[in-house]
Amino acid sequence: MPEIVLENVCKTFTTKDGIVQALKNVNLEIEAGEIYGIIGMSGAGKSTLVRCINFLEEPTEGRVLIRGKSLGEYSEKELRKQREDIGMIFQHFNLLMQKNVMDNVCFPLYIQKKSKREAREKALELLKIVGLSDRTKAYPAQLSGGQKQRVAIARALASDPKILLCDEATSALDPQTTSSILALLKDINQNLGITIVIITHQMSVVREICNRVAILKDGEVAEYGDVEDIFLHPRTEVARELIRNDVEINQDQKGPALHGRDLIRSGDRIRVIYRDQPDAQPVIANMVLRFLEPVNIMGANTRSVHGKAAGEIILEFIPESTQKAEMKQYLRDCGLEVEEVDVNVD
Amino acid sequence: MWTSEITSMIIEGVWATLYMTLVSTFMGYLFGLPLGVLLAVTDKDGLKPNPVVYKVLDVIVNIVRSVPFLILLILLIPFTRLVVGQSYGSTATIVPLVIAAVPFIGRMVESSIKEVDPGVIEAARSMGASDFQIVWKVLLVEARTSLIVGSTITIGTILGYSAMAGCVGGGGLGDIAVRYGYYRYQTDIMIVTVVLLILLVQIFQTVGMFIASKLDKRK
Repeated sequence: MPEIVLENVCKTFTTKDGIVQALKNVNLEIEAGEIYGIIGMSGAGKSTLVRCINFLEEPTEGRVLIRGKSLGEYSEKELRKQREDIGMIFQHFNLLMQKNVMDNVCFPLYIQKKSKREAREKALELLKIVGLSDRTKAYPAQLSGGQKQRVAIARALASDPKILLCDEATSALDPQTTSSILALLKDINQNLGITIVIITHQMSVVREICNRVAILKDGEVAEYGDVEDIFLHPRTEVARELIRNDVEINQDQKGPALHGRDLIRSGDRIRVIYRDQPDAQPVIANMVLRFLEPVNIMGANTRSVHGKAAGEIILEFIPESTQKAEMKQYLRDCGLEVEEVDVNVD
Repeated sequence: MWTSEITSMIIEGVWATLYMTLVSTFMGYLFGLPLGVLLAVTDKDGLKPNPVVYKVLDVIVNIVRSVPFLILLILLIPFTRLVVGQSYGSTATIVPLVIAAVPFIGRMVESSIKEVDPGVIEAARSMGASDFQIVWKVLLVEARTSLIVGSTITIGTILGYSAMAGCVGGGGLGDIAVRYGYYRYQTDIMIVTVVLLILLVQIFQTVGMFIASKLDKRK
């Protein structure tokens, strides 16, 4: 049974400018133990969607099932009980600014009327997991953004949830911090077996940790599937646009050369052969953007083979290239043939 | 003419003023704090929007707030007599002071609570907190600094009102200033009482702001 099921979820808001349809017939199934990404541009309805999963927003139509039980059938009190099973973290952390780290993490346990001792023990254990056990007495204002998000994660885990919802949890963080928070989420997913739903507008976040992804556009699911499939074969325009906007999270660590080159002469060349490409996908440009390594196009031509166009491109890698194998695989995954070329560099 | 009797009268006046101000502020918060919470919670962006409750409270608060204190004082004389048995003296003055203070405090509390980051409230809801827990453990805690600043302002205002009550025999420093300074032209006594009133406001203001900033963990 899937952990989370959304069935024909619709949500409309009445504003002074009229009725806004934030979600239109959204259907999703999220399996237990996976990291599921929900991506879209701003205004696509992502935040509304994630709030439907814990009923912070009640859908206008449709059902939300958590382990087969519909949230709509619960009373207000039962619903609050259910929410203890669904942790949530936010873009702006939403910590209690007047309480220290320890009390923030204890907060959900105090709400459940756990004893102070029990709460503190649990909180300390979680603060160890997120690497902040030495800052229990600090107040949120004294912490960096990444540390605040770690406290928020510890707080969300305090009630031993089975699901963790992340609403743009890394959007307010710099690239290095984003990577470390994503690594922490991955650890939590693997070690504690918590199903994670990640809402983001950054494709890099999805690429880094998600197993599956749904792309949301104007309140509808435009496309969903395995992250790899969507990356390699995006079917919709919105998916392509998101992939185009994808920038490496950790630009400083990956890719030896972000800037262009005057000269690439390594002798390390490949021949890329392509046949009729129905979708005019800029494969080479996408590859460069993705791996952040320039390649030199040494030559290209097209011939007609049995009446069909076939072309070849000769590419040369930069001498210090670290991702040659990955780049070749990327080209193959895009449906192109790749061959090594022996050439004499003059 | 400056006798020890006058000195002891002024000292008594200081105590009477403190007594009226502090007791009225305390009682004012007893009713004003729940009123302010109710206003903030039932407003359209509140935890439990309720247009009817909000509108009724809103109108009552506005009516009481728009009656000048001196007139309220006189209007309430029969009620005061009913509650404390007499309409003059420090204890009697507490009745109109509390009635004037409650809507004032209500508004202060309402605005303090509305300053609380909605994100924190949402986080508490996502953890399964009830509305009561959110009020008690989130709103009042996060708004703490602003509430203390508000109570400092409230004390200053009530102190001023208590002096005003001197016109109708309210007791305290205001009473002395009116009786000696106004009716008997003893300007020196009036100046002393005014200086003492200024000092009291200064002390409350300084102490209040000190506590507020001491308790604020946002910096």
